[in-house]
Amino acid sequence: MDQFAVHPLFGGELHWYTLTNEALWMGVAILMTFAMLVMGSRSRAIVPGRMQSVGEVVYNFVHSMVEDVAGKDGLAYFPYVMTLFMFVVFANSLSLLPMSFAPTSHFAVTGVLALLVFLSVTVIGFVKNGSKFLGLFWVASAPFALRFVLLPIELISYFVRPVSHSVRLAGNMMAGHAVIEVFAGFAAVAVISPFSVMAISAMYGLEVMVAIVQAYVFTILTCVYLKDALHPGH
Amino acid sequence: MELIAAAALGKFIGAGLAGIGSGMSAIGVGNVAGNYLSGALRNPSAAAGQTAMLFIGIAFAEALGIFSFLVALLLMFAV
Repeated sequence: MDQFAVHPLFGGELHWYTLTNEALWMGVAILMTFAMLVMGSRSRAIVPGRMQSVGEVVYNFVHSMVEDVAGKDGLAYFPYVMTLFMFVVFANSLSLLPMSFAPTSHFAVTGVLALLVFLSVTVIGFVKNGSKFLGLFWVASAPFALRFVLLPIELISYFVRPVSHSVRLAGNMMAGHAVIEVFAGFAAVAVISPFSVMAISAMYGLEVMVAIVQAYVFTILTCVYLKDALHPGH
Repeated sequence: MELIAAAALGKFIGAGLAGIGSGMSAIGVGNVAGNYLSGALRNPSAAAGQTAMLFIGIAFAEALGIFSFLVALLLMFAV
């Protein structure tokens, strides 16, 4: 599994500040986002060009997602959700290029993204609702005796969020890339190489879909957590 | 010595068993998608508003399968 190895770009020792291929591809994802959203819509045409209309479609898509899931007051956090979506979707899609690197297949990257979401959502919950935010764990609609049973369950399911949020994205990306590599390993055997190439093409098509769907799932879960913070209770 | 060999063997057996979990989560994802489709065919006008719920349900069902995949990876490469 060479494709997941992190190594310094210019050789030398690996420190925390060393430029690695991981940093390079995350930078490319940010540059692509910039190119699409800032450079593409620079003309601000009333009749949008190709790039601008793609940017507008993506903007409207994320905007309506935040509004539908988190509600009107969730729109204050739309820039953060949009940033997350653009970064994840570009990092996922760019990793499908041959010889590229998949930053989102590393738990370190997705873990930081998910932990930031978790921390900011918790802080927003406490700032907006004060101690009422704890109602998320104390299920007022349940019978009184049952609330003590539900309390640990709710606590665990709350604190496992950053884990599942990050592992879902990284696991999906890693599994897809690993499956393609396994099929590519079969291509060296002459008898089954046509089947192997067909299998790689099929898996590649699936991976294109998975890359976009997982970015969508990552952002919509961010919206769901945001909704829980803004309107706690069940 | 035999203990070490048995541990090495058990590692890979455990990783293989964790694969069952991935298959089970595939059943769960199929359940979510199938029930969504049957609901959508009964009331097509309400279907479009529920696609977000479909993806959330798929994501939650799938996460558990990914967890077992992670357990398999940990057993193979980290333990």
